[in-house]
Formats: sequence, C-alpha cells, structure tokens
Amino acid sequence: MNWNMLLFVVFPYVAIVVAIVGTVYRLVRRPFTVSSLSSQLLEGRQLFWGSVPFHWGLVLILLAHFLALILPGLFNVWNRSPIRLYALEITGLALALWALFGLGMLIYRRVSVSKIRAVTTPMDLVVLGLVLLQVITGILIATVYRFGSYWGTDVFVPYVQSLFILQPRPELVAPLPFILQFHASLFFVFLVVFPFSRLVHMITLPLRYLTRPFQLVKWVRRDRPAEPEREPVGVGR
Amino acid sequence: MDVRAHMSMIFHLDKCIGCHTCSVACKNLWTDRKGAEYMWWNNVETRPGSGYPTGWEDQDHYRGGWKKGWVGVELKLHSRPKGLANLFYNPALPDLQDYYEPFTFRYEDLFTAAEGDDQPTAIPISAVTGEPMDIESGPNWDDDLSGSSIYAANDPNWKDVPSEVQAQMAEIERVVFSYLPRICNHCLNPACIAACPSGAIYKRGEDGVVLVNEDKCRAWRMCISACPYKKVYYNWSTGKSEKCILCFPRMETGQAPACAHSCVGRIRYMGVLLYDADAIEWGAQGEEEDLIDRQLEVILDPFDPEVIAAAKQSGLEDGWIDAAQRSPAYKFVKEWRLALPLHAEYRTMAMLFYVPPLSPVVSTIEQGLIRLDLPPEQVDFELFDNLEKARLPIKYLANLFAGGNEELIRGILRKMLAVRIYKRRQSVEGEIDDATLRMVWSAGTTPEEIEAIYELTTVPTIADRFVFPPYHRELAAESIYGDPLARKGDTGLGYTAPPERGA
Repeated sequence: MNWNMLLFVVFPYVAIVVAIVGTVYRLVRRPFTVSSLSSQLLEGRQLFWGSVPFHWGLVLILLAHFLALILPGLFNVWNRSPIRLYALEITGLALALWALFGLGMLIYRRVSVSKIRAVTTPMDLVVLGLVLLQVITGILIATVYRFGSYWGTDVFVPYVQSLFILQPRPELVAPLPFILQFHASLFFVFLVVFPFSRLVHMITLPLRYLTRPFQLVKWVRRDRPAEPEREPVGVGR
Repeated sequence: MDVRAHMSMIFHLDKCIGCHTCSVACKNLWTDRKGAEYMWWNNVETRPGSGYPTGWEDQDHYRGGWKKGWVGVELKLHSRPKGLANLFYNPALPDLQDYYEPFTFRYEDLFTAAEGDDQPTAIPISAVTGEPMDIESGPNWDDDLSGSSIYAANDPNWKDVPSEVQAQMAEIERVVFSYLPRICNHCLNPACIAACPSGAIYKRGEDGVVLVNEDKCRAWRMCISACPYKKVYYNWSTGKSEKCILCFPRMETGQAPACAHSCVGRIRYMGVLLYDADAIEWGAQGEEEDLIDRQLEVILDPFDPEVIAAAKQSGLEDGWIDAAQRSPAYKFVKEWRLALPLHAEYRTMAMLFYVPPLSPVVSTIEQGLIRLDLPPEQVDFELFDNLEKARLPIKYLANLFAGGNEELIRGILRKMLAVRIYKRRQSVEGEIDDATLRMVWSAGTTPEEIEAIYELTTVPTIADRFVFPPYHRELAAESIYGDPLARKGDTGLGYTAPPERGA
C-alpha cells in the first residue's frame, strides 16, 4: 500500500464512516451537546464583522464545490465563454478572501477577548486552524493553479465520483500538485473532526422553519381519549 | 370551541413590598449554575425604572413581540426567510452588559494573602472569565431608584405622560414607586416559539407552560430577541436557551411554584383558566384598544354548561374543570376584572395577570386636593373622585397594563378603593352610610363582591391562593412508558447525561 492509496482510498472511507456514525450517535444519544455555541451574548460587535463574512463566504463556496461534484456539466457549459469563466473565478476568489477576512476577525476575537477565551475549548482552536489552512490553500490554488472551475471538472470530479460508486481511482489524483492533494485530504480531515466538534451544528440548519406552523403545542398524555392527534395552534400560520 | 386549561398566576401589586424573596427562591432552585448566574427567571423591578435587562420594553430596539401584518400578525423580529438569514448574527440580541456581567469575589485571598500592613480584601472577579473586574451593574442595580435621571427617566412607559408630570416625579419630595415582579408570562401566542428556527420551544397542551427542549435547542438565539418580556435567557456556558418553567415539577405534585410559595407579601395567586384555543388567532389580531377585551373573551367561563361540555369533549378531566371553577385567577381576571396582562399591545396574550397598584394619592396641597381640615372619611372620597391626581399617573399604569387605555385602569383603581373605603367604614364606623353605598355603586361593584374581593385579597389561606388541579402524572408516565416503574431511578427532568457544554 502506498501513500496515494492510504490518503485517497483508505482515509476517505474511514473518514466518511467516522463522520456518519459519529454524527448519528451524537445527534441521537448526546443531543444536548449539539449546539452552534453562539458567543454573541458575550461579544457582539467583532462577531458581526467576523461571523457574517465567514459563514456566508464559506457556505457559498462549499455549495459551489458540491454543485461541481453533482453537476460538473453545468460548470462546463457555463465556462464555455471566457467572460463567464472569469466572472465565476473572480466571484469565488472574492468570496474566499471575504471569508478569510471574517475568519481572521473570529480568530483575533477568540484570542483577544477574555470573555470569549473563557468559553473556548481546544476543539474550537482545532476547527479554526483547519478552516484557516483550508481557506489559505484554496486561495493559493485559485491564484497559482488558476481556473479550477474549468479543469476541476475533468481532473477532480471523476475521482470523487469514483469514491461514491465504490470503485475508487486514486491514480487520478496521484499526479496532481501537492497543494491540491493537501486541500483534498484536508476535506477528509474535516469529516473526521465533524462529529466531535461544533462543526456538527452545520447539519442542523433549520430549513423546516420555512414551513412549520408558528405555534407548537405538545401533550404529555399522548393518548387523549377525545382526539389523539392535535393540530398545533397556528397564529399567522 | 377547543377548550384547554392554563395555569395562570395573579400578581396583586398593591401588596408587593419588593423584598425579592421570590427572585432568591427561584435563583436558588433553578439558576444557581454556571452560565446561568446572570439569569433571573423571576425578577422584581422598581417602577418607574428601566427594568431588567435595561430598557426591555423598548421594542424598537429589541424587536420583541408581534405586529399587525397584512394578514394576521407577524413577528416584529423577522420573517421566516430573514430568520434563517440572520442565523449567523442576530441584530436584535441583547448584550450581556444589558443584563449585567455576573461576578463573585475572590474569597480565598482572605486566607492566603501574604502578611502585610493592610487587611486583605476579597476583590470582585467576573463569573465569566474569573478575572478581576469593576462592577458596573448587578442584580437590581436600580432598586428603589425611582426619580433617578439614569434609570427612571429612561422608562419607556412615560409615553404620552406630560413632561411636566415626569419632571414632578423626579422631585425628591414627590418620588413614588411600585414594584413589578416578572416571570415568563407563558403566553397564549408566544413569540419565542414562533421565532425558534429549530422548533425547540413548545407550549404544553395540558397546562400552557412554555418550555425549551434543551436537546433541540441549537443556540440560534432568536427566542431571546423575539420574547418582548426578555424572559428567555441564553446560557453562555452550555450554549442553550433557558427560561422559567413555572416550576412545573412542583405544580405537578400540587405545590405552588417557588416564587409564589415563598412570597412574603402573599401577593401571588395561582389557578386554572379555561381558554378557547380556536380563538387565539382572533384574539391576537384585534385593534390595540380591543386586545384586552378579546383576550378576556378567549378565556372561558368555567360555569357555562356549554363550556363544560366542550371541555369534556376536549378531554379535560372533571378535576381540572372543578379547579377552574375554584380558580382565584378566574375571579381576579374575569369575574372581578381587577387583573390585566402586562403590555397587551405585544400581542403575545400573556397569561399571567397583574392587579395594578394603588399609589399614595394626591399631588399638591396648593392645588387644593387634600384639605387637611377634612375629616378622614371625607378624605377617602376626595381620593376616589380625583384619581387623576394619583401620584403614579394613570397614564403610566395604562401604558404598563392596558395598552394605554386609561379607562381600564381607572375602573380597577376605583373598585379597589371602593373595597378599601367600604371595609374601613365597616370596621371603624360599624355601619355603612348612604354615601359609601353610592360610592360602591359608582365603582361598579356590590357589597357582596367587595366582601369576596376582601376575603381573597386580605385574609386568604394558602389553599385559597393556590388551587391546583390533579395532574395525574402517574397516568402520564403510564401512557408514555407503559410501566410507571420502568423509569424509576432515572436522572430528573429527562436527562440521561449531565448538561455539559458541547465541543
């Protein structure tokens, strides 16, 4: 077994299993620990300048990454015109720099504000460090190996797809530059860390809020004789 | 008609002496924990004052409660999509300084300080960071500071009170204040539930208690902003929201909540109110001046045969209906109409009610209101006829309890004065003269009602003040777990793991 095999076949599968098993266990058996652990109550001003760019920047970039994995054709069509390719790349880079600015604010805040230090766990620092590494390598790739949205669909997407259909082809990533391999394996590190850190709050994004009734009523005695299932009261439903 | 029961509390403010026993009982029972030091699920504010957290009634700032929208009511805080967009930063969240930074003292210095010329002292340290701090505010920092230009002057309830009246009340000789104990209002139309993106907050169908499911809370902290009373708190240590639970474990075993049970002035009453859940939507939507009338209509008469039949249809047991008929809350709120919800204009339909305080009446002698040469029995009538001269302006009370409707407050104060004058005549003179009876009628009451109000206000027993229905928790345990003994020995309150901060 060589490094390539270890990093791009064994490790990814281990990471995926750890992520799924760990997350399910935590959500089901230790739900109290699942929280975004907001510290806005303790410090709000710096958080605004850090959290908003950090979250929106990363969320949009992450969505673009996933979109490229699911629908690489879409990117190919879009990038046929150089103008659109430029626009996409510049947008991506701008989002990354915006996120980097927010991340910098968050790290500075976490280190310099004593109240925030008081609620900082070692895992928080691990997460911030990993995100910093990932954002910086991402920006380096975007500037040194330009037009990733263009070549990525041919070079990288097939590898990830091969993982998903359980026919891994690590040879696809073997010839890539180190920094690309690093960026990719760091993603699997994130998967490992995911269930053991506050990252887990990501999948509790409450999209159901858009459709659920405003008011929620629960009955302790579920088998009420008259009407067992009760409609929740819906003011402004 | 969907009849449900609600455990409601009455605060008789005329009896509150501001001793904070309720706050301390609650603190010792529920919030004496890391991350919860700054929380006062029960607090007592001096009014006029800016309250806790500072200026909580300023909804332009905190964006709590509901507003009338195109159809029905909308949250003041956000629309649903905007709620999700604000997850990363909640623009209307209070800062810890709006409450106060919790502190303790470094007592070990008293024992371990090196020998020196000075007595060692225990310096204040922050309960958050453990570092030395300057205490700038604390619990009840503005206690009894009515008339102060820092606290009382910033009370949002001065709205529409003439500035010369406000200026008068800042004069040291005219300062007047009353106390306002506040806990979660366990609203019928709670904004905290509606604002929670995770759906972690819910209202119990059986008794209306509003609770946070700590396992589902994800610290999006929208409830804290959306609650117009600022009665949901964020535990900065565990990363979960917490609020008053109306001591439901006590109520379920027939005991009054700690705040009510410990009340020295015996100002608190508790009982069942029946309400029509189908009418809540209608009740929350009225014009501002109709809101209290509508809420009283949503609350049902437990003696009405139709209501009783509908209640049984909805699965309410006889014990609950009986408790609703004996409920002191029903008497104060609907039968006597002496108690009002706090800030009905927030449209949350608060289900805790306040009997407004009678203030020491009368402004100045120069205005000829109090004539010292009058015999005391005539002084009574002077006060009764000139309520607008009450030292605490009627408008101020109306802003607190009646959405600005002074007539409601005036009616209540006249009735309370009628009770006082009638009973004084009865005990001092031994008989009731015609003038007193005319006063009783003009206050819209009767001697019989006055006797009943007097009984429940002045000499009630603990059984009169707290009427709890049979909760039958053993049946609930059976319906959930099958065998009621299956969960014997579990950690309390449903926790199977200690509530520690996640990573």
